[in-house]
Amino acid sequence: MAAPEIEIILNRQLADCLSVPVFIVDPEGTLLFYNEPAESILGKRFEETGEMKRMEWSTIFQPIDGEGRPIPPEELPLVIALTQQKPAHKRFFIKNYNGDRHRINVTSYPIIGRSKKFSGAVAIFWTDNEDV
Amino acid sequence: MKIRILGCRGSYPTAKKENALYGQSTSCVEVIHDGRRLILDAGTGILGLNFSDYFDLPRIDIFLTHLHMDHIQGLGFFKPLFVPGKEVHIWGPGGSTHSLKNRLNRYLSPPLFPLPLRDLPCELEIHELADSDFSIDGLNIKTEFVIHPGPTIGYRIERGEKIFVYIPDHEPMIGSQELYSGSRWISGSSLCAQADVLIHDAQYTEEEYESRYGWGHSSVKHMIELAEHSKVKTVYMFHHDPDHSDAFLEDMVTKAQKKVDDPLLSVKLASQGLEIEI
Repeated sequence: MAAPEIEIILNRQLADCLSVPVFIVDPEGTLLFYNEPAESILGKRFEETGEMKRMEWSTIFQPIDGEGRPIPPEELPLVIALTQQKPAHKRFFIKNYNGDRHRINVTSYPIIGRSKKFSGAVAIFWTDNEDV
Repeated sequence: MKIRILGCRGSYPTAKKENALYGQSTSCVEVIHDGRRLILDAGTGILGLNFSDYFDLPRIDIFLTHLHMDHIQGLGFFKPLFVPGKEVHIWGPGGSTHSLKNRLNRYLSPPLFPLPLRDLPCELEIHELADSDFSIDGLNIKTEFVIHPGPTIGYRIERGEKIFVYIPDHEPMIGSQELYSGSRWISGSSLCAQADVLIHDAQYTEEEYESRYGWGHSSVKHMIELAEHSKVKTVYMFHHDPDHSDAFLEDMVTKAQKKVDDPLLSVKLASQGLEIEI
């Protein structure tokens, strides 16, 4: 399997150093990596899930609004970063592997390298469980 | 394919007798195949080339990994550039804002150099590379960006089944001596895969690296891990620190050889004047 571009590798190195959860996907939305802080929100270690296709992870980690209604994929920051190649931010809830509900703030940005090649996207998220 | 090392000192050229044995000139490597000559980097080592070989060639190709001074300092003094009409191709990494030509011109122009690039009498063509694949006279060349401050690429040169890889400046993992398990997540690993010969940055001991995070260079441990992950056959420690004497380098390589787990991997010291045939 080919190595990812260095922009992706550097984002992973950065993610490993951060205390906030980070999620990295390739241009097709395949989950390439999430860091240890993300594991506690998502409910599983990355070593257990490994890489996942977009359809798979987007159904496992169910995004819902404050009323419990599903959020359409096109409104999710990571999907916007992937499809429109622009940064996006949103506050919403997810249900994780274990059925736990977390309110999170998500900021996503596209990864576009020096050669202008789009290599994927990153989502950084913060749990926000006040007033849930 | 013959590989000649003209310069393997990192950062700046030295003039001390204590490090004369392994070389005082900065990065330059020549690849010779079927009468063709490729020059990798143009540090002060380029001045050790036999210029008359190049006066006679119909075309000259110089491949730059990046534009730090120790990799371009000799370029302006490479006399074949001053032959009117001589076809010269300079290849190097593109940037996200300024072109390779603009960035090269910052050095090759007054006040740092007497002539601007445009006044060189040769027929100069500049080619920007990124993650690229191309061929020159039977040599297949692949380039990829690697982790080092500023746009920096490594080169993989293949002829038939023989593979030579050149990554003189590289910090594959910033802030840690341990690379990720599995080579997929290691900068440079695709370039290095199954290489017969890898010339790679090994500027620091593990102890030195602890106080040099982010400076863009590898510890010996980084180099060995990358070579082992990538199933390299022989790796040459390169980009010797100017403060490392010949005796210190010999101690480094002896210790490095003891750290190798893969019995098929050989670790050697690059030295100025060394010729490698693969």
